[in-house]
Order: sequence, then C-alpha cells, then structure tokens
Amino acid sequence: MTKKITIEPVTRVEGHGKVTIYLDDNGNVVQSRLHIVEFRGFERFVQGRPYWEAPVLVQRLCGICPVSHHLAAAKAMDVIVGAGTGDGLTLTGEKMRRLMHYGQIFQSHVLHFFHLASPDLLFGIDADPAIRNIIGVAMKFKDIAVQGVMMRKFGQEIIEVTAGKKIHGTGAIPGGINKNLSIEERDRFLYGPDPMNVDKMISWSLDAVNFFKDYHKKHRELIDTFAAFPSNHLSLVRKDGAMDLYDGVIRAIDTDGKKILHDVDPQDYLKYIAEEVKNWSYMKFPYLVEYGKKDGWYRVGPLARLNTADFIPSPLAQKEFEEFKAYTNGKPNNMSMHMHWARLIETLHAAEMMKELLNDPDLQKDDLVIKGTRVNEGVGMLEAPRGTLFHHYRVNENDQITMANLIVSTTNNNEPMNIAVRCVADSMISGQKEITEGMLNAVEVAIRAYDPCLSCATHALGKMPLEVSLYDSKNNLIDKKRT
Amino acid sequence: MSEKIKFTIDDKECFAEKGQNVLDAATDNGIFIPALCHIRGVKPAGACRLCNVKIAGRLMTACTTPVESGMEIENDIPEIQDLRLAIIEMLFVEGNHFCPACEKSGNCELQALAYRYQMMVPRFPYEFPVKEIDASCPKLIIDHNRCILCKRCIRSFKDENGKNIFAFKKRGHKLQINIDEKLSANLSDEMAQKAMDICPVGAIIHKGKGFDEPIGTRKYDKVPIGSDIESVV
Ligand code: SF4
Repeated sequence: MTKKITIEPVTRVEGHGKVTIYLDDNGNVVQSRLHIVEFRGFERFVQGRPYWEAPVLVQRLCGICPVSHHLAAAKAMDVIVGAGTGDGLTLTGEKMRRLMHYGQIFQSHVLHFFHLASPDLLFGIDADPAIRNIIGVAMKFKDIAVQGVMMRKFGQEIIEVTAGKKIHGTGAIPGGINKNLSIEERDRFLYGPDPMNVDKMISWSLDAVNFFKDYHKKHRELIDTFAAFPSNHLSLVRKDGAMDLYDGVIRAIDTDGKKILHDVDPQDYLKYIAEEVKNWSYMKFPYLVEYGKKDGWYRVGPLARLNTADFIPSPLAQKEFEEFKAYTNGKPNNMSMHMHWARLIETLHAAEMMKELLNDPDLQKDDLVIKGTRVNEGVGMLEAPRGTLFHHYRVNENDQITMANLIVSTTNNNEPMNIAVRCVADSMISGQKEITEGMLNAVEVAIRAYDPCLSCATHALGKMPLEVSLYDSKNNLIDKKRT
Repeated sequence: MSEKIKFTIDDKECFAEKGQNVLDAATDNGIFIPALCHIRGVKPAGACRLCNVKIAGRLMTACTTPVESGMEIENDIPEIQDLRLAIIEMLFVEGNHFCPACEKSGNCELQALAYRYQMMVPRFPYEFPVKEIDASCPKLIIDHNRCILCKRCIRSFKDENGKNIFAFKKRGHKLQINIDEKLSANLSDEMAQKAMDICPVGAIIHKGKGFDEPIGTRKYDKVPIGSDIESVV
C-alpha cells in the first residue's frame, strides 16, 4: 500500500505551499512534490496600463522584496524609454537605485536569517515548535533577536530615503530616479548613533558570518549533507565576472563549474530560457533551452551567485568568498544548507556596498533622469535577494503595456526545491514507521533554505504556512500534519 | 470698494462681497468647505455635492448659493460631515480608485478628502465597474476608472486656440468624458500638464512622465487638504 504525506502549510516561508509525499508498502518514498496552490495573475492585470505605472504597480506582488520588482520593472522601462540598459542611466540615477537595492538585499537577507532560519539553527530542526520560532529566539537569544531587528530597520530606512517609503515606494522611474540623497539623509546612515550606522551594520554582518561558520564547525554533518545535490547554477554577473546584484550578463555553470551559458545579454533571455507548466502546481519550471527540461534546470539565489561569480568587489566579503570557495576546492558548492553561509556573505557585501555608495558624492547630484528613442519592448533583470528576477514587457504606440512576463527567483528555484524535498524525504522519511513533527520540519528546513517567496512565484496572495500529508497507494490520506 | 455683507458660518461672524457664493466667501474667511468640482472664477456646476451646507434648515450647495446679509450657515456639524463622508465613499465605490499604483496619489483631491474625513471601509458595496482607458491621444491618457464626472475639464480647459477639447458623451450611468481626437492631437506638453492639474483625481494623465515627484514632496504629503485655507485668517 502506498502512503502519501502532505505538508501544508509550509511555515516560515513567504507565501503558501503544500508538500505531498507518496510512500510505497514498505514506507519508502516513491514521489514527492512541492505544490504552489495560489494564483494571482499580475501579468494579466498590468495589461492596458501605462508603462510608467509598471514599477509602482508590479511591486505590489510582494511586501517582502517589493524593491526587486520595482527596480526590475524600472530597468525594463529604461529600455523602453531609450535610456538603454545598466550603465545607460545618469550616475545619480544608477547609484541611487543601487543603494536602494543593497538596502533591500540587506534587510531581506537579515529577515530570512534572523527571523525565519535562526530558530532551526539555534534550537535544532527537531526542537519543540512552540519554542522553535522567532519569539523563542527573542526570549533565549535576546541579543541576536535585537540585532536582527535593528539590521532590518537599517535596510528599510535606506529604502525609505531612496524609494520614498519603506514598502512600495516610487523612487525608480523610467530612465532614472525621482530624487537624490541629501547630505542630512546621508549622514544619518554614515554617522548615526550606535548601532544605527553603516559601520556597525558591517561589523554585525561579519559577526553573523562568523556565527554561521562556528555553527558549521559544530554541525558539519548536518550542514554539508542535508539536502545536498548536484545542479546547474545561474545568476547575473558583472561583465568582468564580479558579483553584481543590480546589473550584468547572464551566466550559468554546471555542477562541475563549466560555463553552460556564456555571459549573455538579458535582453535575449528568451533565446536561452524557457518555462515548463506542470498540472499540479501554479508555479512554472524554468530551464535552459539548450539542455532541455530534464537537464536544463538550475538553481538561483545566494548559493548560485557565489558559485557563478569570479570574485566579490568588496574587501571583507571577498575574504569570506575565498574561504567559501576554498571549502569546495574552488568547485561549485551544491550543499543546500550552505545557502545560509552564502546569504550571510552577501549580507556583508551589501553592507559594504551601502557604505561605498553613501560616501559617493554622485548621490548628491541633480541629473536624475535620461531618455532617448522610445522602443516597444524591454527586459529588466536583477539579482533579487532570492535569486535572478526577470521582467519582460511589450508596450504599444499608445504607451500601454500589452504583454508582461515575470520569472521570479522562487520560480527559478522550483525544481531545486522539489529536489531538496525529495532528498530529505528519502533520507529522513523513507522506511520510518512513524512520521514525527521533526521529520516534517526537516522537509520545511530544506525548502526554507531557498527562502522561497511563494506568493511572488505564482504572483499569488496569501500567508506562509505549509501542510504535509501522507497518502497510501490508493490515494487514501493516512496522516496529515500542519505546522 | 464695494459694501461688505455680514453673515455667520457655525456662529462665526464672516464678511463677503455682494454676489459672492458661499463657498468662495467661506474660503475668504478661513473656513474650509470641501468641493471637488468647484474652480474659483469658473461658473459653479454643483456637480459633486460635497459643499452641501445647511441654510435655514435646508441643504444647499455652497458653490451655487449666493451669500445674503444675515445668513446663518451650518457647516461643521455631524450631520453635514457624515453626508460629505458618504459622498466621498460613494465616489470610491462607483469607480476603480486604486491609489497604490495611481500617479496622482499624494496630489489627488479625492484621496486627500478621504484622509481628511478619515474614511475607513465604505458603507456601500464596491461596484467594480468595467471601465476603459483611452490612450489614443498623443499627450494625454483618460482613465475612465478614475473619473468622478466633476466636469472641471469641460468647464475650464481650453486648448491654445480657445477651443474645448473635453465633452460628455453617452448618458445616465454610461456617461463619460470624451476627448476630441483631432484637437487634442496638437496639445503642447505644457497644456497637457495643465489639463492633468485641473482634474481633481487621476483621470487625466499627462503621458510619459509619471511618479517624478518623490513621496514627501507631493501636495498633500505634509498637510491635509484645506489647511491652507484654514491657516490664512
Ligand atoms: S476627467 Fe477629471 S476633471 Fe474631467 S470630469 Fe473626470 S474627474 Fe472631472
């Protein structure tokens, strides 16, 4: 008799998901799936709207990383208003946007590590769920909880001075930005009273990296083997191979580090990337056209970015990058739990970049917007906290959007998350007589490592929880646990 | 100098020029009466009904009622304020006013009034009407979702040659603003911006330049609508 386990809702992820696991008569896993069961349809309802509304409208997909959508849509609109891509903007326009983006990366990574992931690390994957949450962290590890809150606040305040609001601002407009950074605004972040200044943010980010490295030393087995599997990796990189979260060319490598997508122009993404629809999930499955549906899927996000980049262009993060690379002898790192390590190195990089930008006098200049010859189609890509984000629009001669296609980070990680679930199901649930809460949380931990934002991924609405159900071969529900 | 007329609003002694309407007179005396259709100097239309006040126990639109000597006007009383809130709520449910993505947000008089009157959930059900966007004019977009049919554009906007480019078309609940395709084709950017500024909401949009005013600097970001009038006297 086959059994089916469903995990619904998946908790401490952004969005709403469900996992089902089918077991055979001997309790071995025969199939596992992460279903995304919400649907939102943003791509449809931007149709007909004027193109300059897109950056403000589409960011409403998400309350966690709206800046990513705001900027990706603005970048696509840069192309449409003839401002070109990337370095086509004025220095102030480009740098203000970068500052906004690094503020965003910083606050989102901090939110994930301190609020969503730290309970698993600090209390253990199989600890009592009553304490294995952010409230438990706040009670027992007060300093860590406070640091998380203050770092997030810092990132959000950076967003506020660049976008106009902490959430859902209007800063990025087609061809540039609508404001610069005043000296007073700048000084708040450079010389603010402890701890609200950028130097403290850098030192706290470094502490967080060290915290993880310590943890890794003590729990090497878990961190190195949990949901580890080979895969391709994809991200944007700067033209010289440096990590660049705001702009660049698309690079993909295989599990051995061989380049399989050679630094191509984002405007041409459709030549290289396609999406498969499966009838059991609203989330599509992207893959590299050349390698097909079976072998062409890839991972995105912090782990992928550290794998694809040749170096990180900020000194402290570069040092950590070297250590990270050395751990796998320079080969791509395929260990899902190392996503946390990579994410913290990026947090440090974001903090360093914020400092560099805050010290840049270009941010006080007044040349904010540039426009050229209007065209009818544009692609905007960037590295959102959770991975590569594609925005693609077509606009008619009346300035109305006629087509929008979004491939969000979590969608790019769809197949990897499914595989991570399968890895954990195989190693922890197969052959077990009883399904414990700890086992189910292990499945969630694997999903959570990708910091999925399930609402964005289907452009869907909802909360975050997950449910696991266990079914037999005749599709009878044997066991169901909500977390 | 012409003779001043004496009257009261909520027992406050006020003065007006002979022939002035109640709305303009209130403004000159530092009293805010909300209105979405009125433009000073343009013949009043009494279209939006927000400026309702009570005179001798009767509801009257302040924009169309001339002040008379000794008039006792009730303005800031619960009955009137609730009536105004109800009208604001009605305007919201009758159209599709999605402030979050509207570029007029922060400069929109309807939104500003909703804030001033602390509108929460409208008491009427949303109608979610199916409305169109007319984007065929090279300089302007007419978003019928947001039009409150105040007629400001019809009454006060003329192109460079003094011609009306806005008019009503259709009737009843299908009534909508129409823009003259030929005349509007020649509008300058300056005139297009002027048309956008006349519209109290985001129904007339100057093409290609949205969201260039940062949050914090827009008209109603710092002070509520009407406070400029109230701070004068
Ligand atoms: S378009 Fe604007 S100004 Fe004209 S009637 Fe509609 S709301 Fe009033």
